Amino acid sequence: MTAAYRLDDVRHCYGDRCVVDVPDMEIASGEILAIVGPSGAGKSTLLRLLDFLETPTHGTITYAGSTVDRDVPLSIRRDVTTVFQRPVLLRRTVAANVRIGRRLRSLDTKAGDTERWLERLGLTELADAPARTLSAGEAQRVAFARALIVEPSVLLLDEPTGNLDPYNVGLLEEIVRAENADRGTTVVVVTHDVFQARRIADRTALMVSGSIVELSETETFFAAPEDARTAAFLRGDLLY
Amino acid sequence: MGTLGKAFTDAFGLLWNLDPSLVETVALTLQVTLAALVIALLVGVPVGAAVGLARRLPGRWLIVPLIYTGMGLPPVVVGLFTYLILSNQGPLGGLGWLFTPAGMIVAQTIIALPLVVGLTMAAVQGVDPSLPVQMLSLGATRRQVAGVTLLEARIGVTAAVVAAYGAIISEVGAVMLVGGNIEGETRVLTTAIVLETRKGNFALALALGIILLGIAFLTNFAFHRLQVRQGAR
Repeated sequence: MTAAYRLDDVRHCYGDRCVVDVPDMEIASGEILAIVGPSGAGKSTLLRLLDFLETPTHGTITYAGSTVDRDVPLSIRRDVTTVFQRPVLLRRTVAANVRIGRRLRSLDTKAGDTERWLERLGLTELADAPARTLSAGEAQRVAFARALIVEPSVLLLDEPTGNLDPYNVGLLEEIVRAENADRGTTVVVVTHDVFQARRIADRTALMVSGSIVELSETETFFAAPEDARTAAFLRGDLLY
Repeated sequence: MGTLGKAFTDAFGLLWNLDPSLVETVALTLQVTLAALVIALLVGVPVGAAVGLARRLPGRWLIVPLIYTGMGLPPVVVGLFTYLILSNQGPLGGLGWLFTPAGMIVAQTIIALPLVVGLTMAAVQGVDPSLPVQMLSLGATRRQVAGVTLLEARIGVTAAVVAAYGAIISEVGAVMLVGGNIEGETRVLTTAIVLETRKGNFALALALGIILLGIAFLTNFAFHRLQVRQGAR
């Protein structure tokens, strides 16, 4: 598999404090990578770097073979999209929120596309509802729909199912797996839920204090972790 | 009570008869107010949005207090400043705008602009700060982010329009100084009220006041309906 991303000596620091410090990392095109770790480990910051919303203070990120500097080409930015932990929806209808990404890209929404995504996410009856009246779980599903309708090459998920009941967690995991299998979408998912990582990821990484402690095939990560901190994290011990 | 009652009767009579001088005064009032409002919006909304979005703007510590100070500019001081700028000895004296509606529009624009900028800035800052980042992630350009954020702040921006409109339609000091209250040329409702009061025609002055309030109410009613429609979405 070719690399979607390559990170070389990437650090992101605020003054003396580095919240991300990744000497070397590759994310393969078409894989599902889960990043787990305690709160404050730098997982969300790493996702923002991968979405080119921030520029690392040190090191280089290569995307699809091109080194990306401060001026990220729009075509590359539009290859990648994030579903945020706390999505902010527009003061418009649910359907308009789902379409917004395509409108921003001046793309016509294909006939039935919005309806198809609303249906896949169980939102059909809410299509004309004002988005700000939705529950947190419904808003999260709208955020999924608005991200997936733009057909990104890379889908970044930041604690994507924190607001969802088990049925919808299962639904979204199924959709993520299907997008990955059908369209070859590269997925990087940040989650506190190690079981979710185990269910959907090809590879899993543990991030602690800004560093990737261990990155391996998901099966190996859970069955035979090499690093003592990974074993401790999987046991539910506190990590610092 | 007699004066008040006569005022209402006179106001009704002026409106009923479509008194030509009243129609002219009302038309000029609306013309000057709306022209100043449109210019203030065209300049002030983008500037307010830019300042509101650029949270790391260099010199922001000074720019924001200056905008807030501008929101409280005494109209008579604006009038004096505009008078000096437009007078024969002033830098824009060559335009010949003193004692013309154009000069009055300049003065009212100066009054309205900081209100539009300041309230638009506040409205944009009131939008969830995560929204711009999430729109960027969906592939928006910087300009699109500004547009989407401004649309999200539309209720607050409408409030900016209402505040600016209210400030200039009721303003008297600046238009009196810059316009000169010349009948048929620069007389607007507020300056006509001052004149009639000075002449002792309290009922007519009150009648003009009632008409001014009526126009302000109708316009604000329309703005409010617009806000309600925006808020319902």
